[in-house]
Amino acid sequence: MSAQGLSGPGLRLDRLPRRRAVNRLMELLAWLAAAIAIAILGIVVYSVARKGWSELNLNLITKAPIPFSLTNAPQGLANAFAGSLVIVGLATAMALPVGILVAVYLNEFAPAAVRNGVGLILDVLNGVPAIVVGIFVFGLLVVGHGQNGFDGAFALACLMLPLVARATMEVLALVPNSLREASLGLGIPQWRTTLSIVLPQTVGGIVTGTVLAVARVAGETAPLLFTSSLVGTQTSWDPHHALQSIPVAIFELSESPDPADHARAWAAALVLLMFILFASLAGRWLATRSRAKMATR
Amino acid sequence: MTTLDLNEATRRPFTGRRVRFGDVALQVVAGTAALAVTVLVGLIVWKVVDGARLSIATYGLHFVWRVAWNPVVGREVYGAGSFLFGTAITSLFALALATPLALGIALFLSELAPRGLRAPVTALVETLAAIPSVVIGLWGILVLGPALRTHIEGWLHSVFGFIPLFGDPSAAGASIFTAIIVLTIMILPIVSSISRELFLGVPHELKEGALALGTTRWEMVRGVVFPYARGGIAAALILGLGRAMGEAIAVTQVIGGGVFIHWSLFGQGDTLASKIASSYQGSTTNLSTSSLVYLGLILLVFSLLANVTAQWIVRRVARRHGVTRGGHA
Repeated sequence: MSAQGLSGPGLRLDRLPRRRAVNRLMELLAWLAAAIAIAILGIVVYSVARKGWSELNLNLITKAPIPFSLTNAPQGLANAFAGSLVIVGLATAMALPVGILVAVYLNEFAPAAVRNGVGLILDVLNGVPAIVVGIFVFGLLVVGHGQNGFDGAFALACLMLPLVARATMEVLALVPNSLREASLGLGIPQWRTTLSIVLPQTVGGIVTGTVLAVARVAGETAPLLFTSSLVGTQTSWDPHHALQSIPVAIFELSESPDPADHARAWAAALVLLMFILFASLAGRWLATRSRAKMATR
Repeated sequence: MTTLDLNEATRRPFTGRRVRFGDVALQVVAGTAALAVTVLVGLIVWKVVDGARLSIATYGLHFVWRVAWNPVVGREVYGAGSFLFGTAITSLFALALATPLALGIALFLSELAPRGLRAPVTALVETLAAIPSVVIGLWGILVLGPALRTHIEGWLHSVFGFIPLFGDPSAAGASIFTAIIVLTIMILPIVSSISRELFLGVPHELKEGALALGTTRWEMVRGVVFPYARGGIAAALILGLGRAMGEAIAVTQVIGGGVFIHWSLFGQGDTLASKIASSYQGSTTNLSTSSLVYLGLILLVFSLLANVTAQWIVRRVARRHGVTRGGHA
């Protein structure tokens, strides 16, 4: 197939200067494309940092919002921070064990056909739009019962599950088969081989995958809009009621006409962005470290 | 003594053949988890179809192309036509803008970048993917939208105003155009990171062979890298398209809303996803809620189609390349 591409008129020697110029232009455009992507990142992060900085103080985390406030009493988003911690924590607690088990089954037990089939289903689940997951959990759990923090956590867990499972599968595949065979050869049953020989090798990779998954769902708004958004302003840690969350708070404040609300939205966005950037960097660092460790083994 | 030990040793394999409780237990528990994932996907499809049932029964397939959304009780009429149009126009334009940029970034990272720049630039581009959509939306409506309106839209209108796409500049910065730019930013890192991996997977012998024949680097890319990665690029673009169609929050924040089909990019509109996000909480009647879920069902069908197609292409390409590589070895 490559021969066809090469036999075009572009290869004529007498047109060498022109071909060089085209090459130069294309290289320049590729550099430019990379520069544009980095510039966009810089502009977004800079805007959020500049606009969020002024409102970034302890009040944001400790004070509750005051609806229709006419005074200048300090307001914060304490309810959103508490709610996000609870919801994301619960979602991780739901998705992590199931995700690991799915990966263990697919990698250690399942026949190839099942592995491919369920692997495709994981990819499909990963591709379901977050807002459709929101509608789904609304129809499954919220209708007739009302919103609560568990529903929100379940919706986020649906989004985390394929990420955790895929990440675990990737590191399980890196564990050398000789290790499994050595363990089985010593007469250790398969379940103990899997749980105490194979899985401990993958802890680094699972932690990485989980950190990245947490970073991804901590900023999800759409699923929480339907499952945990009709909330008061008091700070609550109890997932039996609907809990506010940072992304939903940013979304609602951004739709408000009041500039003071925008300022708090920027500050919350700054905190969220810092958390997510930190988590992604930590995840990447962990990933390179665990990969290096695996390679030396 | 020795014979006894040997006996012990020879008995081992037989105990190994016996069905062990632990093995069965782990396999059953892990298998149940895998089954649960499968059931979960089925449940999502079923629940969305179930939620849309009332609207499907009332309007049937006609809903899909009817341009109407009137929630006034007694005069209720719903249809997905304008939202389908909005979804198509925003995601296709975003894909058209993102594709050359993403391929350029991927080429830069796989072929051009100096060794020291490669890792940091890759990390920065992937960081762009980590920014939550609600933050991009906040930036989109408060910073990007006004900037586009004052600096870009007016200029495009005055120069290209004869093309219906570039109509009068938007009133407040909320427009389909802003949504397109926001979606471009969101799918750019996805398409570029998949393409980068594809380009890195092109065998060195092919690239070096082309260069040895006297091609310039760009001719090598056009003649070897692109054809080799063609299938994968198609899959990456389809995944990007699926992502753009499904994005709700950032689009809701910047697109402005409205039920109409018009060709001006600077007017307001709605996509399937943004309509659901903006109207779900205010929905009062069963029929309007069910119609919103019907929009979700259309969205689900499109994103499932996009995903399955992309995965199918990826698997087919992987198999073909696996075979050719095996053949060479």
